[in-house]
Amino acid sequence: MLKFDRRLISHLDWLLLLLTLMLLGIGVMAVYSATYQSGHRLSPWATRQLSWAALGLIGMFAAFAIDYRRLENWAYVLYGLSLVLLVLVPVLGSSGGGARRWIGLGFFSVQPSELAKVTLLLVLARDFHRYAPPQGYSLRELIYPAILVAIPAGLVLAEPNLGTAMVLGLLFVSLVFAAGVRLRSFTLAALAGGGVLPLLWHHMKPYQKQRVLSFLNPDSDPLGAGYHMIQSKITVGSGMLWGKGFLQGTQNRLDFLPEKHTDFVFAVVAEEWGFIGTLVLLALYCALLMRLLVIAGKARDRFSALVAVGVAIIVFWQLLINIGMNLGMLPVVGVPLPLLSYGGSSLLTVLIALGLALNVSTRRLLF
Amino acid sequence: MLESHSTLRPRESPPSFAPRLGVIALLILLTFAILVSRLWRLQVQEGENLRSLSENNRLRLKRTPPLRGVVYDRQGRVLVDNRPSFNVVLVPEDAPDVRATLHALSDYVPDTTVVRGETLPHNPRRPSYEGVVLAKDVAWSTLVAVEAHQVDIPGVDVEVSTKRQYPPAGLAAHLLGYVGEVNSREMSLFPGYRLGDLIGKFGIEKKWEAELRGQGGGQQIEVDATGKRLRVLGEVEARAGKSLLLTLDRDLQQKAEAALEGREGAIVVLDVHTGDVLAMASRPVFDPNVFARGIKLDEWHSLLADPLHPLSNRAIQGQYPPGSTFKVLMAAAALEKGVITPATRFSCSGGLPFGNHVFHCWKKGGHGSLDLQQAIAQSCDVYFYQVGQRLGINSIAEYARRFGLGQPLGIALDHEAGGVIPDPAWKKEVLNTPWFAGETLSVVIGQGYVTVTPLQMAVVAATIANGGTVYRPRVVRQVTDDESGTVKEYEPEVINKVGLKPETVQLVQAGMRDVVNSPTGTGKKAQLPDILVAGKTGTSQVIAGTRGKGKTLPRQYRDHAWFIAFAPADNPEVAVACLLEHAGEGGGAAAAPVVRQVLADYFALTRGEKPEHAQVRPKVDITS
Repeated sequence: MLKFDRRLISHLDWLLLLLTLMLLGIGVMAVYSATYQSGHRLSPWATRQLSWAALGLIGMFAAFAIDYRRLENWAYVLYGLSLVLLVLVPVLGSSGGGARRWIGLGFFSVQPSELAKVTLLLVLARDFHRYAPPQGYSLRELIYPAILVAIPAGLVLAEPNLGTAMVLGLLFVSLVFAAGVRLRSFTLAALAGGGVLPLLWHHMKPYQKQRVLSFLNPDSDPLGAGYHMIQSKITVGSGMLWGKGFLQGTQNRLDFLPEKHTDFVFAVVAEEWGFIGTLVLLALYCALLMRLLVIAGKARDRFSALVAVGVAIIVFWQLLINIGMNLGMLPVVGVPLPLLSYGGSSLLTVLIALGLALNVSTRRLLF
Repeated sequence: MLESHSTLRPRESPPSFAPRLGVIALLILLTFAILVSRLWRLQVQEGENLRSLSENNRLRLKRTPPLRGVVYDRQGRVLVDNRPSFNVVLVPEDAPDVRATLHALSDYVPDTTVVRGETLPHNPRRPSYEGVVLAKDVAWSTLVAVEAHQVDIPGVDVEVSTKRQYPPAGLAAHLLGYVGEVNSREMSLFPGYRLGDLIGKFGIEKKWEAELRGQGGGQQIEVDATGKRLRVLGEVEARAGKSLLLTLDRDLQQKAEAALEGREGAIVVLDVHTGDVLAMASRPVFDPNVFARGIKLDEWHSLLADPLHPLSNRAIQGQYPPGSTFKVLMAAAALEKGVITPATRFSCSGGLPFGNHVFHCWKKGGHGSLDLQQAIAQSCDVYFYQVGQRLGINSIAEYARRFGLGQPLGIALDHEAGGVIPDPAWKKEVLNTPWFAGETLSVVIGQGYVTVTPLQMAVVAATIANGGTVYRPRVVRQVTDDESGTVKEYEPEVINKVGLKPETVQLVQAGMRDVVNSPTGTGKKAQLPDILVAGKTGTSQVIAGTRGKGKTLPRQYRDHAWFIAFAPADNPEVAVACLLEHAGEGGGAAAAPVVRQVLADYFALTRGEKPEHAQVRPKVDITS
């Protein structure tokens, strides 16, 4: 069994934990409201979200309790396990909306693509820690880590799950930047990335292409994705300054919003709590991200610093893609809003990631 | 270097790390500023406007289902079409008092789905602007009544939709199939379907769903609080489905079904040079129009519970022992393998002892000495027992498979059965017992484990007729996209060339001609006065030892009657297979007259009218 050091409590990063719990609470409330039906006390979604949150907090504690140096040693094992799960998805997986993403585990099912975010972060941080040239990475030195990313990203893209594959790619690029890279390599990599885009487009499913097209020109598909985008904007805007009040969102009630408890949960919050509410929500997220960067700055070693930055990166990109979509600034891509969107795997993953940050933050004073 | 891995780590922070963290923090703050400014614009600057859009409700999505493709016969005559259908709907949002409206409505619409005095079933997932269907496919008089009393029943509206219209009396019902509302399993399998959409459930409607369906359209409209349309914000026009031109001939199909009337069984008529399915009938039948208007649960259950299985397409789903029709294959195989020659004679005394068992001929007294042509004409079992012994089970199975038996032919319809061509490997795998030599004797006369579908036997007849080419039976000749004007043609497709010598073909054809035309032939009832017909009878036993018991047996034990044929015998163009399930009579007595009728009708239709019958292109005309 693990020996539990009492100092872990006294050095605990209470601020990070508090911010996490507050956002989690807002999330359960938003899911509750999004799926609320008059006459029913608790919607099954809200109840399930609560139990997922409980499970996630256990996961967070586990990620916190195991010494991160041990996690660094296990990084490849965990990474390998998540690859095995990803490979199993097409075999054992169950599908939803035209894509196979879930693996059933008896009473619940998980999306291995979500867990892959954390395991990928661990191996990348480990590699960037083990090898750190003072003048930054050259392009050649990035080939190996790029392969580490390409394998899970390719598997996820094949599911198909464009959103998560994109997050994996963005995590890599951002982490490379944080770890230090020669300017020349960065520019070249950016150019190469630009070259990949047409390829990516070629491999996208028709519904994915349609989403991108309808973002670029909402009138091209006023019935499908364009409709979602217009409705989402109306929902957000109709909240005005003070919002319509908890459970009072009419857009939400009338089912104008698709996927309102998952991808469009932000719009539900915006409608019911208005500009003031979204401002508070964004402030909480901002504080969380800044706290993660501070943790990275104070971290004892490069591995833990990179883990903390990586967690911030994952949360940031998902938040940007999701909220951008809710505000009609980015195409409709299914990326959940960290800590708020309904969905067990995403919640579990974010909480485990934050558990790692807590781990890093707390242990820096212990040795 | 860095590989030195100690438990105590130095506090390493490459000098450039902190500034990059600063850059990241700055980028994040910048992004948040953009998000906040966007929120400010949407919620504060445009808030008023968007709020009123959300309140006046605003944007509605009105879907227009696509017009399903029309199905034509080979001459361009309509088989399946669409007809307008009127539904009475209630838009709850537009009704000030739903209860009162419903109450008033029951005076005009006799049977709505909502009983008088009740209110609408609660469905939280349905937006209140969306109409609830109260009565489907109402009569004209009801429609007029509702339109005339619009003021008394606010919120009630009439919705026009289309319903599938199938030919009357279940014509080609098994082939055409039917549509129904999509179920949850189909929705998870095929994305893009919504609750209430129609989807092909059976037959051509199912197999050609992707072509027939078309693409739904819709309008995004802005309406005011009373539901009045203010303006159309966006529109996507529905695209009608593609139309199909079948190989089927409507008239011949009608005749074939008439010939089967009152019996259970199937008839397949093929063009021997293309594999075109000219007619495919199966009895008993159902009425697909019942499905088109929405089948009631008790109707569905009684269809399912019917012991005669009217939903099953016997022509492709029914698997029966081929009986003596199998002998034409065996004759061809024996000649090709060289185990006999056309001159080889065997003597039939009414039975052949084999092991400690006597294998009987259907003719008690025996046929005496005959050659192969006579053995086919008189369907002598003993002759073919000898042939079977010389061929051996593996050669028998090899040739049967070359003719397309033992596996589905790949007709473009669902649920096609493949039948069984047994051999030692098959028996080992399925029954886990070794092959007994005596079983070969059952197989050679089309009994034992052998089963085939009527379609497969029609293909066998066509293959003998055309000299050895196995065509994939074709039901759809052409797919036409009327919106874009493109036409896709389906060419005849050769599955296999059996590889028959001309002498083999000639002799088997001669034997089959004698079946119908020789005084001793078993299929004389198929004779036509002006056209030379070639055929083969078959009587397949359902249980052992009932040969000749006829109609005294309970139905399920009675023999099946077979007749396969092609004509004209000297220049074949058409092949027919007919199976009568549990006919209780032999193929010559029961099935041959049916085939005679179908062939007579075929020649009356083709010879009587235009000679270029098969070349006529359809006139496509869709009224939308």
